[in-house]
Amino acid sequence: MNERQIMTADEVRRAIARVAHEIGERNGGVQNVVLVGIYRRGIPLAKRIATAIQQIEGSTVAIGALDITLYRDDLEIRGASTQIQHTNIPVDITGKIIVLVDDVLYTGRTIRAALDALTDLGRPDRIQLAVLVDRGHRELPIRADFVGKNVPTAASEDVAVRLNEVDGGDDAVMITRGAV
Amino acid sequence: MSDMPIVSPFVPWVPTPNRKRRHVLDLDDFSAAEIIDVLDAATSMKEVLGRSVPQVPILRGRTVVNVFYEESTRTRMSFELAARTLSAATMSMTAKGSSVEKGESLIDTIRTIQALGADIIVIRHGESGAPYLAAQHFKGSIINAGDGRHAHPSQALLDLFTIRERLGELKGLNVTIVGDILHSRVARSNIWGMLRCGMNVTLCAPSTLIGDVRMWQETFPTLKISYDLDAIIPDTDVLMGLRLQKERMQAGLLPALREYSTYFGINQTRIDNLPDHAIVMHPGPMNEGVEIMPEAADSPRSVIEAQVTNGVAVRMALLYRLSGEATA
Repeated sequence: MNERQIMTADEVRRAIARVAHEIGERNGGVQNVVLVGIYRRGIPLAKRIATAIQQIEGSTVAIGALDITLYRDDLEIRGASTQIQHTNIPVDITGKIIVLVDDVLYTGRTIRAALDALTDLGRPDRIQLAVLVDRGHRELPIRADFVGKNVPTAASEDVAVRLNEVDGGDDAVMITRGAV
Repeated sequence: MSDMPIVSPFVPWVPTPNRKRRHVLDLDDFSAAEIIDVLDAATSMKEVLGRSVPQVPILRGRTVVNVFYEESTRTRMSFELAARTLSAATMSMTAKGSSVEKGESLIDTIRTIQALGADIIVIRHGESGAPYLAAQHFKGSIINAGDGRHAHPSQALLDLFTIRERLGELKGLNVTIVGDILHSRVARSNIWGMLRCGMNVTLCAPSTLIGDVRMWQETFPTLKISYDLDAIIPDTDVLMGLRLQKERMQAGLLPALREYSTYFGINQTRIDNLPDHAIVMHPGPMNEGVEIMPEAADSPRSVIEAQVTNGVAVRMALLYRLSGEATA
């Protein structure tokens, strides 16, 4: 398989720190901010951003976990093979600024599902989106507010984010060329 | 033994390996891993049920039809609520007031429901094996919601879910199922599921309500049978009472209800003799004062109401699991 690295562990760390800064800047602090990670790699990313914000702003941000399985629009295509994960947002999101966190922004369909899921849970003041990698190829009118790295890709390529908490080993972002 | 693929004697079709599950007819073709998968999914479904707007869109456009040839309150409403929470369309048919009264056969009824666009049929029938027959004549998925004395898999799964929720790990727990084992589909499905999950199961009843002891021992070598409830109570983690099924019981199996109640009823004294962590279950409907006393059903040990609530989450998990591709 043809694989090349586009982000090292150090670059991932810097990108997260920058996104943490930007979230504070954009919202004039983080008093009302809740970070919601999308299962699976969005959750450790949200935790890391929260830790970075803690260091920068000196205040704690609430974090939550969101599973979008029950909001997917591709059940007919992909089947019910995905195991449902637990959604756990420990605060009332109504009136809050929600920052959705995911690893890769691609077609935008996951984010569409996440927006529907959040709407069912309450009425946030604002919803923003933070991603580690934006690889383009949107199929819906969705864009990210905070991006770790913009990576132009071909549709035949695959972007794989590896995070220590999920995958073990060093953090990395890889591009693999059409394996099939 | 628990890893051997044992197929129900009713099974007319062969499950294809590596294919996703198509029907839920009993727990005999569920591995421990699949059971745990369903329980995990049900945990997430329970979160949905706890929301202020308990509805998710995943089964929009699917149709779930409840076909009940036998009366039921909780199972039917539970499946309906589960389907609606997942945004499926639901229809209901009971034998009473339908073409069944004009003599329509089960097969014709199933074909009619298929022609109306059903994706999943949830069926309860008084004859053991009826859902297996339905499965042969339906292109979608069948969920057995109770067939005769044979099986009631969704009940067994919700029981396992409730036990796990209260006591944690299933493996190694001692379960005592007490009551009318002979007529109980709930007991049969639970025995399959509980043994697969590594639990120790003891059946307890008067000898006239146990059934064929040799059959039990040959089918489930690890299953224990006892005729003395008081002797096994101190070692019981889960005490499951069964309804004394008066409508099915032929005269002569019991000398008197009161005598049954004295020896096998779940009362306060027996509850007091259970270990401190033990729970008391009952699939309902209860005959209070016969197999379970009101003070036992309402005691802090009782998880009977939790069983009903958890039933919706477990059935959501099953409906989702069966909803891979569209059938139409």
